[in-house]
Amino acid sequence: MTQSNIMPGFRPALGFTLFYLALIVLIPLSAMLLKTMQLSLDEYGAILTNKRVLASFYVSFVSALIAAVVACLLGFVIAWTLVRYPFPGKRVFDALIDLPFALPTAVAGIVLATIYQPNGFIGQLLMQTFGVQVAYKPLGIVVALIFIGLPFVVRTIEPVLQEFDSAMEEAAASLGATRLQAFIKVILPNILPATITGFALAFARGVGEYGSVIFIAGNMPYVSEVVPLLIITKLEQYDYAGATAIGLTMLIVSFVLLLIINGLQWWVRRRSGQL
Amino acid sequence: MTVLTPLKSALILAAVLFSGTALAERTLLNVSYDPTRELYQAFNQSFIAYWKDKTGETVSIQQSHGGAGKQTRAVIDGLEADVLTLALSYDIDQIAKQARLLPDNWQSRLPNNSLPYTSTIVFLVRKGNPKGIKNWDDLIKEGVSVITPNPKTSGGARYNYLAAWAFAEKQLGSAEAAKAFVKQLYKNVPVLDSGARGSTTTFVQRGLGDVLLTWENEAFLALKEFGEGQFEIIVPPASILAETPVAVVDKIVKKNETQDLAEAYLQYLFSPAGQKLAAKHFYRPYQPEHADPEDLKRFPKLEFFTVDKNFGGWHKAQKDHFDDGGSFDQIYVP
Repeated sequence: MTQSNIMPGFRPALGFTLFYLALIVLIPLSAMLLKTMQLSLDEYGAILTNKRVLASFYVSFVSALIAAVVACLLGFVIAWTLVRYPFPGKRVFDALIDLPFALPTAVAGIVLATIYQPNGFIGQLLMQTFGVQVAYKPLGIVVALIFIGLPFVVRTIEPVLQEFDSAMEEAAASLGATRLQAFIKVILPNILPATITGFALAFARGVGEYGSVIFIAGNMPYVSEVVPLLIITKLEQYDYAGATAIGLTMLIVSFVLLLIINGLQWWVRRRSGQL
Repeated sequence: MTVLTPLKSALILAAVLFSGTALAERTLLNVSYDPTRELYQAFNQSFIAYWKDKTGETVSIQQSHGGAGKQTRAVIDGLEADVLTLALSYDIDQIAKQARLLPDNWQSRLPNNSLPYTSTIVFLVRKGNPKGIKNWDDLIKEGVSVITPNPKTSGGARYNYLAAWAFAEKQLGSAEAAKAFVKQLYKNVPVLDSGARGSTTTFVQRGLGDVLLTWENEAFLALKEFGEGQFEIIVPPASILAETPVAVVDKIVKKNETQDLAEAYLQYLFSPAGQKLAAKHFYRPYQPEHADPEDLKRFPKLEFFTVDKNFGGWHKAQKDHFDDGGSFDQIYVP
């Protein structure tokens, strides 16, 4: 199969890709592996089964999971609104979605903490009406991660919705489907793969997020301490091998989770006949 | 090969970029911790003038500030510090041990164990001291919210922790009781920031907590910044002596040909002019006779615990209390 291309041929392109991957991804990651290998298997096991480390893994993954689910729901509504309805100021609104991408995460964390702290603008309201404290609690981490993850979801669903032909919906309606049926049978299968991608991106980002989280989390051991903070803590004790061991484990867990999510996506695509 | 090689080159690059003054003049890089920023701004001016007067040479001095632990790691990983003015001797020991940039006996090379000034840990409370906090045992009372950073990531927080421990051990008589006391105290801590400035922000600007445990000089600085109308400093009858040492980094000054300059710079800290500036910036000078009497009035007399006397030195203290599995980890075990 030959294809004419504007870009130079396959060889230099592949060469560049491999070079880039090696330089930016593979070499640093293998350095991490090497550093971890300074530890014996027992030591590595001891670090990972340490209760505090386990607790932080739980905090990081569970809050990233919850945040990614919420971001998916909110992100879908936002993408839907942006694609389907014209309204004044839409462009400004559209540009605002990307703001969390551009904002230094520490700034996001400080601002969120200020607003959600018990005597902050929103925090006060939540405290008085529901008795819920957000900042300096695990809930604060979720809030920060939703903020960070939302653009990923919106930006992956949006183009799919845009391409989606509303004639299919009309056809469904003309064949007697209710709105709900049309949504579940026609729209949902089409946007599900994109939603899963958005979910995976938001989740992966959330698991590793440090900057925005440490300001709002409260950082209490066993309660609101995230894995990246524990890595920093290890570094402060000059325990480089211990820090990279935790880092490497995070990498492996995240990689496996992404593989699962990719598999899921493939399965959904296949089922909805898009493959 | 270490993981940190790219970081190292980035740091060196950053150091080069930030020292963007004329290449002809010699430059010193002073790597310090957070709360000394204001002190060294004033001190550097004074030293540059003194050096020009003495030798005719114009020099420039760069300052680098941040959490003490982070700064130490940066130097180990390749930040080319000519002189160190850090929060704990343990940090400089690590630079000697891990990177072999200066000899192990560095602390004996300058007067007063390389301590031009010291500080201590005091309480910053809200105006009028509504919770009536006077001493360490007030901190463990029900309903008192205490702000202190995480001792695992902050040098100042380690002093806070050890001060409370030493107080309890003396008052209650045993290490077991001290541990229970400190555990009770950390039950009253709602947020663990990663550094001293972060805790100050939490307390002063976020309005969280009834009392902030902090460096004496940081407390005065907060008072100066935010006005005396909002906060008060409470000095407990006994606290810990915070020993913040300084050192020349032999390998780097040899390479940069700044040895004479670096040595003169640190010696100048011990001179009457340096002592006066330290007191002016809320540090306790080692020779108070050179300071302004007005400045000295701010430092009440109190009983001092020391890390050497009460905890057998920093290495033991670090191992017993702050390394993984130490007393700090134990008090959080559910």
